[in-house]
Amino acid sequence: MVELVVYGVVLGSVIALGAIGITLVYGIVRLANFAHGEFMTAGAYLALLVVTVVLPWLGVPDGTFGPLSFGVRMLVAFPLCMGVVAGMAVLIDRLLYRKLRLKNSGPVILAMASLGISFIIRMLILIIWGADYRFYRPGVLRPAMDLPLGIKIRPDQVFIIATVLVLVVLLHLFLQKTRMGKAMRATADNTELALISGIDTEAIVMWTWGIGGGLAAAAGILYGIDVQLHPGMGWNFLIPLFAAAILGGIGNMYGALVGGLVIGIAEQVSTAWLTPTYKLAVAFMIMILILFVRPQGIFGERSR
Amino acid sequence: MELGGVIAYIVSLVIMASIYAVFCLGLNIQWGYTGLFNIGIAGFFCIGAYTSAMVTMPMPGGVLAKYVHQLFGLNLPFVFGLLGAALVCGLVALIIGVPTLRLNEDYLAIATLGIAETFRLIFNNERWLANGPQGLMGLPQPLHKLIGERHYDFVYLGIVLAVMLLIYLLIERGIRSPWGRVLRAIREDEISAAASGKNVFRFKMQSLVFGSMVMGVGGALYAHYTKAISPDVFTPLYGTFIIWVMLMAGGSGNNKGAILGAYAIWGIWIGSDFLMDMLPAVIRDKGPYLRFLVVGVLLEVILVYRPQGILGEEKKVSKLMDS
Repeated sequence: MVELVVYGVVLGSVIALGAIGITLVYGIVRLANFAHGEFMTAGAYLALLVVTVVLPWLGVPDGTFGPLSFGVRMLVAFPLCMGVVAGMAVLIDRLLYRKLRLKNSGPVILAMASLGISFIIRMLILIIWGADYRFYRPGVLRPAMDLPLGIKIRPDQVFIIATVLVLVVLLHLFLQKTRMGKAMRATADNTELALISGIDTEAIVMWTWGIGGGLAAAAGILYGIDVQLHPGMGWNFLIPLFAAAILGGIGNMYGALVGGLVIGIAEQVSTAWLTPTYKLAVAFMIMILILFVRPQGIFGERSR
Repeated sequence: MELGGVIAYIVSLVIMASIYAVFCLGLNIQWGYTGLFNIGIAGFFCIGAYTSAMVTMPMPGGVLAKYVHQLFGLNLPFVFGLLGAALVCGLVALIIGVPTLRLNEDYLAIATLGIAETFRLIFNNERWLANGPQGLMGLPQPLHKLIGERHYDFVYLGIVLAVMLLIYLLIERGIRSPWGRVLRAIREDEISAAASGKNVFRFKMQSLVFGSMVMGVGGALYAHYTKAISPDVFTPLYGTFIIWVMLMAGGSGNNKGAILGAYAIWGIWIGSDFLMDMLPAVIRDKGPYLRFLVVGVLLEVILVYRPQGILGEEKKVSKLMDS
């Protein structure tokens, strides 16, 4: 049981990274981004491309770091792919969402456009990589370490939790200390007031997409390291991501972090009684429950 | 292909397009007239198909009972299958509507998406319910004894067209009534509709339930056409996304547009299949993905450059009033 909770924290930290992006984009751009899962998939597959094709071609050697299942190549690919997906998210906004915003298309039209983007990205991945499951390093043994209380955990999973922690702290510092971060929080709280105060909302929108896209890519790669890659992986994360974002209160980054952990732990613990394929349904049920009891989320205050 | 084969092919094409047209009509009630964002059409598709299957099929007996499990088998006529599908889909819509319709539009979208995925999981995992991943086979077809297997598609085409027309007339009638005008008022401006003393939540709920019932009928029509259903049919791609593209292409808020969109997009979809055959083998293997990619891009183009679709919404709001 304790072991399931620990695995839940691993899964939950991946969900949290994605959910933070969802909640920021929803809070600031006012868009329910149904393509967010595909940002994760795109990040994971781009990293596969860099690790297995680009870096070997450049002659970058690959070892493994101690007990971890990856080496230098992944360390290069990780930030690189975060940057690429961040750029991709900004580009999609410029080419599509911004046009729709300027035409005053309602929020639902934008959400529908994001649904279209999600299918477009997924189809591109299927065309390039095919529908099979992939691994960053096929055939590598990944032994587990023994912790007290009989918990078995793989070194990769410790790395995942640590990486998420670092990224969240960095984002926290960005939002609290920098001018842009403060402007972002102000816009999330009250867009009109932010506009009147002379905040450049278009710049904020771009930063939001960049951060959301980058974190999603990180989440996708970490999930790929922990489990495997599949073109449908991001789509399957969509419900847990929204569940986490709603649970924590839309627009609230810290809420999304807690929400992600709660959803992740609930999904893993449920496997004690349910088939693991039902994880997604568990996340969905929690979301419906929250919508019934407290639609503004645990930390949400804004009332509609 | 000889002439008989061509005609048979065209008939099967029109049957599928008409079934999709039924889904588009259902979605048009929700999105076109009320502005409800349902992206879990596949869920109602799935529930409608399974309900109708189990209402019309007998409980498996003898040796078959060892291999085929289903929750119930009522062995009732086809019409009861359609009604049962509508009823169950309406109930599911009611349950989703209660927590989501008071909130922002996007919550309904996420909830319907969740329902679609959850039902697919349940049908896949629970063998006792409807035979798990193998699904159900040998669904009965109405009026099958009257005419031989060879020309049966013509009969079914007639049935599908009749059901489609009936639903079309029903919606046209509803939408030109005071009820329909309230729906449009809610779509345009919820707050002023509420200020005019309309119970927005109730009207939205009626629209959601009515539209979902129509989708349930669509699912039933599909199930009895293919005679075999399994959970992997009801994917977000074939069950939800393509229907959205059809409605947006044809013109949301216009029932003729909904039908036109279904025929046009299904025609393009099937036509592109022939195009794929002409391409080199390397690309042909990626055919289905390429076609969905094109459909996705098509949706974005419509959203940006022609959000009203081919036909756009009709101005006429009442049969008693000229536009």
